[in-house]
Amino acid sequence: MASLVGSRVERKEDKRFLTGKGRYTADINLANQTYAIFVRSPHARASIKKLNIDKALKSSGVVSILTGKEIADDKIGGLIAGWAIRSEDGTEMKCPGNPPLAKDNVNFVGDPVAVVIAESLAEAKEAAEKVEVDYKVLKAVTSTADAMNGDTIHEGIDKNLCFDWLLGDRQKVKEAFDKADKVISIDIINNRLIPNAMEPRACVADYNTASEEITLYTTSQNPHLSRLIMSAFGNVAPEHKLRVVAPDVGGGFGSKINVYNEDIVCSWASKKINRAIKWVAERSESFLTDIHGRDHVTHAELAVTKDGKFLGFKNETIANLGAYARVFGTVTPTYLFGPCATGVYEIPAAYTNVKAVYTNTAPVDAYRGAGRPEATYTIERLVEKASMELGIDKTELRIKNFPTTFPFKQTLVHTVDSGDYVAGMEKAKQMADYKGFVARRKESEAKGKLRGIGVTSYFEACGIAPSAAVMSLGCGVGLWESAEVRFNPTGQVTVYTGSHSHGQSHQTTFAQIAADELGVPIENIDIVHGDTDKGTFGMGTYGSRSLAVGGIAIVNACKKIVEKGKRVTAKMLEANPEDVEFKDGEFVVSKSNKKKTIGEVAFACYLPGVRDEMKSPLPEGDEPGLKETSFYDPSNFSFPAGTHIAEVEIDPETGHVKLEKYTACDDFGRIINPMVVEGQVHGGLAQGIGQALYENAEYDETGQLMTGSYMDYTMPRADNFPEFNIGYTCTHATTNPLGVKGCGEAGAIAAPPTVMNAVIDALGGQEVTMPATAEKVWKACKNLKKSNAKAA
Amino acid sequence: MIKSLRVKILINGEIMSKISLEVNGRKVEKEAPDNTLLSTFLREHLQLTGTHIGCDTSQCGACVVHVDGNSLKSCTALAADVNGSKVTTIEGLETNGKMHPMQEAFKKLHGLQCGFCTPGMVMSAIDLLQKNKKPSDTEIRDWLEGNICRCTGYQNIVAAVKEAATKM
Repeated sequence: MASLVGSRVERKEDKRFLTGKGRYTADINLANQTYAIFVRSPHARASIKKLNIDKALKSSGVVSILTGKEIADDKIGGLIAGWAIRSEDGTEMKCPGNPPLAKDNVNFVGDPVAVVIAESLAEAKEAAEKVEVDYKVLKAVTSTADAMNGDTIHEGIDKNLCFDWLLGDRQKVKEAFDKADKVISIDIINNRLIPNAMEPRACVADYNTASEEITLYTTSQNPHLSRLIMSAFGNVAPEHKLRVVAPDVGGGFGSKINVYNEDIVCSWASKKINRAIKWVAERSESFLTDIHGRDHVTHAELAVTKDGKFLGFKNETIANLGAYARVFGTVTPTYLFGPCATGVYEIPAAYTNVKAVYTNTAPVDAYRGAGRPEATYTIERLVEKASMELGIDKTELRIKNFPTTFPFKQTLVHTVDSGDYVAGMEKAKQMADYKGFVARRKESEAKGKLRGIGVTSYFEACGIAPSAAVMSLGCGVGLWESAEVRFNPTGQVTVYTGSHSHGQSHQTTFAQIAADELGVPIENIDIVHGDTDKGTFGMGTYGSRSLAVGGIAIVNACKKIVEKGKRVTAKMLEANPEDVEFKDGEFVVSKSNKKKTIGEVAFACYLPGVRDEMKSPLPEGDEPGLKETSFYDPSNFSFPAGTHIAEVEIDPETGHVKLEKYTACDDFGRIINPMVVEGQVHGGLAQGIGQALYENAEYDETGQLMTGSYMDYTMPRADNFPEFNIGYTCTHATTNPLGVKGCGEAGAIAAPPTVMNAVIDALGGQEVTMPATAEKVWKACKNLKKSNAKAA
Repeated sequence: MIKSLRVKILINGEIMSKISLEVNGRKVEKEAPDNTLLSTFLREHLQLTGTHIGCDTSQCGACVVHVDGNSLKSCTALAADVNGSKVTTIEGLETNGKMHPMQEAFKKLHGLQCGFCTPGMVMSAIDLLQKNKKPSDTEIRDWLEGNICRCTGYQNIVAAVKEAATKM
């Protein structure tokens, strides 16, 4: 049987999406359902003096209006930060309460204060307009850089500082810098982004009075975690009385990891009114209240010798958490960021210091790449600047500082099991025709254009997150994954995975893995996910973990099935279990022609002794049935890596940046489905290039979101991109049996510095902040003209 | 394209329009509030949930359908405004259980991931090929400028449209 792993298998999920049969949360309508509209704060920071619902209650069709008071009275818990971070001085991080409906204070535009539930959406909207809220508007804090000097947002949280965290050794770094020939320094901003999954968030909550159970359909990347949080911290219902279903979910990119206010409020309110409640975000609500990403202000320095060896690195970052710390809010700028700050280089001494601050803006949390794009942007911009200042070719300088042996004990935390960074660089250069750039630049110059080339070499820690590793860092939550493989008596297989696909193609790639492990045709394998009633528990999908963690759980569960199958076959064929071999779906007694197919074994496991065997085929100690579970906790992160090269052409008359060429050469370890991996790379690149050239979330000084619709927030479109040139090198991960590493975030991590390095190269080294819009670039071109004229 | 033969009815104090359409080859007649968008009418009144709503500013294109053969963002028209028209949605593309060549091409070339923008993208792409049988890469990218996809980076969508052009 030909192996399916490694093949371009078309997706099992596609037909339903292509024929309109996808079932997203907003497509669900329940009998007798009501509609919710949230009344949200129009102010970034205010105290609520008075909230009057009398007029609204009289509005037609209103079923109920609930506020922060009722939520507090019912002791419904607030939203939480999932990871505890300790400051350098040993103190615990400081997190404010975050009630699902604000009662006393609102802290960002969009913070909900009440929910209006009515018979129809139109009636709910009309009534919501009649809710009167009297706010005392307070001065908002919106700037990341100045947040520590602003008014105190949350009582008792001095300087708006959640934590002041250090990873690394300041003294060693000082010593390294003392020995340096040269120090390269950079001040950069990692611009704030809005994830913008195309499906707006939504939920439908349904309380069943007979079973006293709440079913919540919601747009989640991790329904089991949502249930846990809503039950343990939200006090919405005990876990066995709360079912969370994340059906087809239209993209997540990190924004749907969190449990949101609306999930908790609708679930709780459904029980209060004994009816189903449906809520679907309008896009403008998504802009205001989905978690945002990035938003760092960084000063970094690299100490180097004159021949280009890196000696030391420091990174001083202020990270904006927004108004509240949410599930991955505190871990994103720390453990997902700091350990990757030194990039793919041997740097003997390094530290990362992060001050995480609160502002009156939407909460900032994990967005595709989460921490690693920010880390990579800093080090790769700095290395490129070093190459300019030292006069050493940008690729040579990188190669000079790459590790050459693996495992590579990286400066701050990670031990990288495998990789070949030089091979990746060489292949990328070849793919991009790096040598030919000089000629292409001349051609551009002849047309009056500026041309630049930019390089990034990156690695990322994926497969989030091995318990042992994260616990040694002081985090209390390891993120393993579960899988349950069950055979029907007639031989088809259902695999329940605790991870969740919202575009990642699990239904296909996971089936490819199970098909190979079990020797069952792929069409007889169904992958099921996204329903807390259908599987035990799972951590969900983010941090490029589905395959490297969830996929391995499937492999392990399949291996248990095979082990049982060997025992059963041995009993059926009167052989020793050790003599039974399994290959291509058949259990064969070695040195004989006696065999059983896995389908026959499954049948025998469920219906023992009904066919030719007189005795039960089940060995002593084995129970009937064929179903196995695995909870897989990885021993280490996985470490995808690669080199990307971009070329841009700038029209100095307009400032327009045209991305001419983009080359990505990645090492994802073993590839299960090249078609799917290609798609993941393309999508990541589009988001990364979007950050570099187009996207920016901007608040004004009063805390109003200036980019709150697709008219103002520049989403990358089809005509913004060239055809990407992508390729791979491959070193297998040594820490998991498939040798896989993860591919979902690479593009979003590597693209921003690659493109910006090219833009800045074209501009003769002038700093431009992301996104490199025509206006900023045009101004830089004017400066370039002036300085060129002076030089002449 | 817009046919404003409106029939208005007053029911319970609300102005209702009588909407008569042929949707995916089936004649439908429903009363709906006057301000019902075509997208809402399809999703909520006909339960054709394949047409998606991704924004509130007519930017994203997830709601594109065909009205009398031309692509239209169904959130930009009132149902009453297209009264009497033939509407085709993503649910109406298959013939005898066989997918349209554009649907087949999207599947073959991985032109979709989460699937949310896909219905609008497919409907829009079909209209492009109706108007331009052999579009260049640039022409495809320009045409699809009104459809936002956050997953694919568009490259495989462009490839799928080119593939479909050889089959249609």
